[in-house]
Amino acid sequence: MSFYDIYLKYKKFKYEEFFKGLTRNDILRVLNRNKMDDLDFLTLLSPLAGEFLEDMAIKANKLSLQHFGKAILLFTPMYIANHCVNKCTYCGFNIDNDIRRKKLSMDEIEKEAKYISKKGLKHILILTGESKRDTPVSYIVDAIKVLKKYFNSISIEIYPLTEDEYRQVINTGVDGLTIYQEVYDERIYDKVHLAGPKKNYRFRLDAPERACKGNIRSVNIGALLGLNKWRKEAFMSGLHANYLQNKYPDTEISISPPRIRPHVGIFDDVYDVNDRSLVQYILALRLYMPYLGITISTREDKYLRDNLIPLGITKMSAGVTTEVGGHTQSNKSDSQFEISDKRSVKEIREIIISKGYQPVFKNWMDIGVK
Amino acid sequence: MDKLSIGGCNLDSRLLIGTGKFPNKDIIPKVVNECGTQVVTMALRRVDLDSKNDNLLDYIPKNCTLLPNTSGARNALEAVRIAKLARAMGCGNWVKIEVISDNKYLLPDNQETIKATEILAKEGFIVLPYMSPDLMAAKRLVEAGAKAVMPLGAPIGTNRGIRTKELIQILIDEIDIPIIVDAGIGKPSDASEAMEMGAEAVLVNTAIATSNDPINMAKAFSMAVKAGRLAYTSKLGRKTRFAKASSPLTGFLNEGEE
Repeated sequence: MSFYDIYLKYKKFKYEEFFKGLTRNDILRVLNRNKMDDLDFLTLLSPLAGEFLEDMAIKANKLSLQHFGKAILLFTPMYIANHCVNKCTYCGFNIDNDIRRKKLSMDEIEKEAKYISKKGLKHILILTGESKRDTPVSYIVDAIKVLKKYFNSISIEIYPLTEDEYRQVINTGVDGLTIYQEVYDERIYDKVHLAGPKKNYRFRLDAPERACKGNIRSVNIGALLGLNKWRKEAFMSGLHANYLQNKYPDTEISISPPRIRPHVGIFDDVYDVNDRSLVQYILALRLYMPYLGITISTREDKYLRDNLIPLGITKMSAGVTTEVGGHTQSNKSDSQFEISDKRSVKEIREIIISKGYQPVFKNWMDIGVK
Repeated sequence: MDKLSIGGCNLDSRLLIGTGKFPNKDIIPKVVNECGTQVVTMALRRVDLDSKNDNLLDYIPKNCTLLPNTSGARNALEAVRIAKLARAMGCGNWVKIEVISDNKYLLPDNQETIKATEILAKEGFIVLPYMSPDLMAAKRLVEAGAKAVMPLGAPIGTNRGIRTKELIQILIDEIDIPIIVDAGIGKPSDASEAMEMGAEAVLVNTAIATSNDPINMAKAFSMAVKAGRLAYTSKLGRKTRFAKASSPLTGFLNEGEE
């Protein structure tokens, strides 16, 4: 059994017919349920449920307080390399893009780590492009060894690994994995990934599960919103998270709902996902899986981010740059995408407090057990 | 009011509080002062000794006993590691064992909890294990060296009250070390109820931390805990389903006695 079996189950699902068949009573009935099934979740993602956002928000706020309290975990990404062999139409690191490429040395990683950790951040997410030649697993392992000296929690957002490779990085000190399927629709996936190892849909789809088998503590997944109709991708992301949580109950599962941002070489064929839709997606996730982590990045602007806090967000990035060496270097690389919320860690800390929430900088530490 | 004795330590307050869900840390010392709690639990994973502004320990008044918990532990081994780290970080030798391998309901794993309790009690920790109310598991925790047993009233954070009442009552009746009801207590009357049942103490976090006025809510809980304890020690009147008639059915037996 893989999540692929669930994907296939809904591959030919008639979404439009299902949405057309819903009544206001159906939405209210689902809103009153404690435990929701797959189609209850889809009901909350329907256009009709979009008219019940306030009702959904009230319940989402209560469930979030119950499960997470008034606390928001802060982390920051660190881009350590942007060499990439893939041709993904939506990404600035696409091999065809003529951008400045860079890979940090261990000394440079240490310099970035020192700088970031001085800002009080204890959770770091390291990112690379996909190039096993330029940034092999051994390079990632070396980077983790350096970062362990400065951070309590290390997550990776790199190319998909085998189960043994996940074990290797976990044993070195990684406790979190972020990997986005980008788009669950297999046909679109094939279309937007023109060439490179990323064309292998199944290998990427099963990556979070391989990490769970390797005993990772937390997994963050999601679809890149804009590559397909958002409701379908939101539905598949939620089902994927639910599949993982049911099968690996002791792993903390999270979802990010990233929307495509402008970047070098952007394509025009992007589906619109407006703020209302993003909010509906976040609320539906919270109601479907009250214990799910939900991460919001600096892709979103500060107004939206600040207002999403009480609706179920549990993790936020802060003090972000998407350039390799972007925190300390003058000759940094080009960025993966443009960020919207450029506030400092200090500013974000203060805004969270002003919203009546507690910014959490540390929520885990290496306890020496793998 | 009579004192609560845990591991040789006598406490005036029977309300323990958690620190995980408050809107800001500044409010924690005010809550502690208002409710008079003497034992404060905190997740070790949230403790950051290096932080100037955000070290949780700086917000817990020094006269409180720290009760670090092993939140995040998925098995006994991880709980033991976290407890030892807590002691090494200067949090004392009390520990609340939390072993949770179910991320959905956050229900404790009694079997792994018993294992961790045994190891840590042998190493001199004052162990207070959080558990699902089960008599056999509680007995094993006592054998393993626990100094109190902390059954849940309802899943963490749910504020649903003492839903496991019958099972907790059995623990109160049968277990000789203090029973502290932890998790699920949603309002002061739930705390009173637990105390009236004979629980030695209660632990509250969500209901105080996520209320609109945590300081006054802490005060309300403190009063409720005291009321419940006083009612328990004063022996509650007997409850009956039937009214007792003034002309009793067996009254004829007394006729002609005088």
